[in-house]
Amino acid sequence: MKIHIKSGRLIDPKHGVDTQRDVFIAAGKVVAIGDAPAGFSANRVIDATGKVVCPGLVDLAVRLREPGFEYLATLETEMKAAIAGGVTSLACPPDTDPPLDEPGLVEMLKFSAKNLNQAHLYPVGALTTGLKGKNLTEMAELRDAGCVAFSQADAPFADSQVLLHALQYAATFGFPVWLRAQDPALSRHGVAHEGEVATRLGLPAIPVIAETVALSTILLVARQTGARIHIARLSSAEGVAMVREAKSRGIAVTCDIGIHHAHLSEMDIGYFDPNCNLTPPLRSQRDRDALRAGLSDGTIDALCSDHTPVDEDAKQLPFSEAESGATGVELLLPLALKWATESKLPLAAAIAHITAKPAAILGIDAGHLGVGATADACIFDPAADWRVEPSALHSLGKNTPFSGYELRGRVSHTLVSGNLVFERK
Amino acid sequence: MPREGWGSNLHTETRMWLDPANPQLNKNGELHHLLSLEGLPAGVLRQILDTAESFVGVTQREVKKVPLLRGKAVFNLFFEASTRTRTTFEIAAKRLSADVINLAINVSSQSKGETVLDTVANLAAMQADMFIVRHAASGAPYLIAKHVAPDIHVINAGDGRHSHPTQGLLDMYTIRHYKGDFTKLRVAIVGDILHSRVARSQIHALTTLGCPEIRVIGPKTLLPADVGRLGVQVYGDMREGLKDVDVVMMLRLQNERMNGALLPSAQEFYKYYGLTEDKLALAKADAIVLHPGPMNRGVEIDSSVADGKQSVILPQVTFGIAVRMAVMSILAGN
Repeated sequence: MKIHIKSGRLIDPKHGVDTQRDVFIAAGKVVAIGDAPAGFSANRVIDATGKVVCPGLVDLAVRLREPGFEYLATLETEMKAAIAGGVTSLACPPDTDPPLDEPGLVEMLKFSAKNLNQAHLYPVGALTTGLKGKNLTEMAELRDAGCVAFSQADAPFADSQVLLHALQYAATFGFPVWLRAQDPALSRHGVAHEGEVATRLGLPAIPVIAETVALSTILLVARQTGARIHIARLSSAEGVAMVREAKSRGIAVTCDIGIHHAHLSEMDIGYFDPNCNLTPPLRSQRDRDALRAGLSDGTIDALCSDHTPVDEDAKQLPFSEAESGATGVELLLPLALKWATESKLPLAAAIAHITAKPAAILGIDAGHLGVGATADACIFDPAADWRVEPSALHSLGKNTPFSGYELRGRVSHTLVSGNLVFERK
Repeated sequence: MPREGWGSNLHTETRMWLDPANPQLNKNGELHHLLSLEGLPAGVLRQILDTAESFVGVTQREVKKVPLLRGKAVFNLFFEASTRTRTTFEIAAKRLSADVINLAINVSSQSKGETVLDTVANLAAMQADMFIVRHAASGAPYLIAKHVAPDIHVINAGDGRHSHPTQGLLDMYTIRHYKGDFTKLRVAIVGDILHSRVARSQIHALTTLGCPEIRVIGPKTLLPADVGRLGVQVYGDMREGLKDVDVVMMLRLQNERMNGALLPSAQEFYKYYGLTEDKLALAKADAIVLHPGPMNRGVEIDSSVADGKQSVILPQVTFGIAVRMAVMSILAGN
């Protein structure tokens, strides 16, 4: 299959490209940029006039709900959702049932994903067996089975000694460890940011110190062990300041935030909207502003969708009883663009946070469109306004606080390894 | 995804006839549900208090009934145990000639898998006109109000830590009865503010009605974050906080909070935050004492104060019935 993407605006942040260029694809690779190689005859010409051509998006957190939660979503539906959102590489957290703590499970998941022939799947392995926080998993075996990193998802460690040993062991092999900074005791029973809104609504609260206390432990243990640490879903201004400081001291740490936290705050809970029951909680407007500034100055490396399909039965409950999480993989691109536009930054800044930067965190060769690169690409109309209708989303999860929002920027084509896997009709 | 078994009794689209900024009011600014006192205009609060005044007479007549809710079905929907509040709602509804159905939905039937909305859908199918809802989770009445048919009214009878609007209203009625003008009052609320839906309701009602000085008194473990943003002053020292106040509103301390990481003991709490005669002496000489009941004598309040001259705790209960009659009759009329 030879594809010629014609007359589009190529934005490839890794190579500093933002200009009109044609892209030529053959045998799953980018074979030329600009002028056609000699003798190139396309099977398919995609007219990208007025559109942006960028590397396929790389999403660091997409819950596929397999194995174990197939009633909520399946690999097939969520992979469809991903490519409809322009996402061509995605990492899935290990909080499945059973958790991704055995090589066999990981191999099976990789195998199923490969058969679907859609986005590339990068499983994140469980750091401890059953995510119980006590015994280490066979990390090296899991890596051989295809895990790119190891994580506890939202589960706590039994104690800090397990954390220390997990990081020491991971550091031995150079495996990256992805951790959420949330002290389990300080966030116990909490469902909303400890602040004015939780006080008014009488919601059990999660204070910022639940994040900063855990973060300080993680950063100190990381420095001690030399482990490569990635902080997943930072939520507070103080947390951003701590990561900034840690980076300035040379600690090997990267971090991401979820798209919801780049745009929403505790105020969006309104009258107990269960779609705003998220982990970590939506914090104050000051925190949100600090997260946005952290994205701009590079403290925060990546934006992810933290895609969590939840069915209606688990959301149509009183706020504190509703399952947390939001569907988001189809909103990653327009919400990243919205952040850049509102921050008066070029589109390339937004695209970097959802392509090259998360690819670097994953340690994969993706997120760029240089000659010779795997032809994973996303073509979108940067001027297309559309309204988020949950029922029209491909994901089985319809739970989003952005329901009814007008967003700008919509994916029209998605290519994975040179195959056109999605085309919006 | 469509849910099975809901039939047409539940509505999921936005309530077009309600004010999106305050889903308990209809587009004319009239009360459609009573979910919280926050955001209710002073006019609505006064209307309820004035209406309650006319019902106080009814409760003292020999025939204690008026026909305002005749033929209406009022469902007491208690997802959390309560005797007192449920009984006063039942009396109020019966005095308005409504048919009252009491449902205690205990935890076991909830754990069988029926959700709040399933329960409500089933009851709505039984031609309910009004739901009186108590639930352990903050916001549960909002969820129900969002999904019932437009002719059904929901009254919050206490949700989690969030709100207990009829309690707040009966407290306002009591204060107005004894003190008149809110704009000249200094009010103290004492005890476990953090877990109290009563305190939140009182604070919203007092600020709306123009009370210039509201003090909350308690140890920091029992105060919510940023409580000052609700328009109150915070005191850790009860003796300082009670100085020259006109109204002392005590809160109930739940048994499970008495010994643990929030408070060392009931004895120490009583010593520092219990209302005793000597502490009450710091308030104005004509200060009144309220308590939402049931009281823990010797924990948050001394018996000599609870039964003393300044206590208006029993009149609160009487006024509570009139206030609940007022709320139900106003909702039925809107």
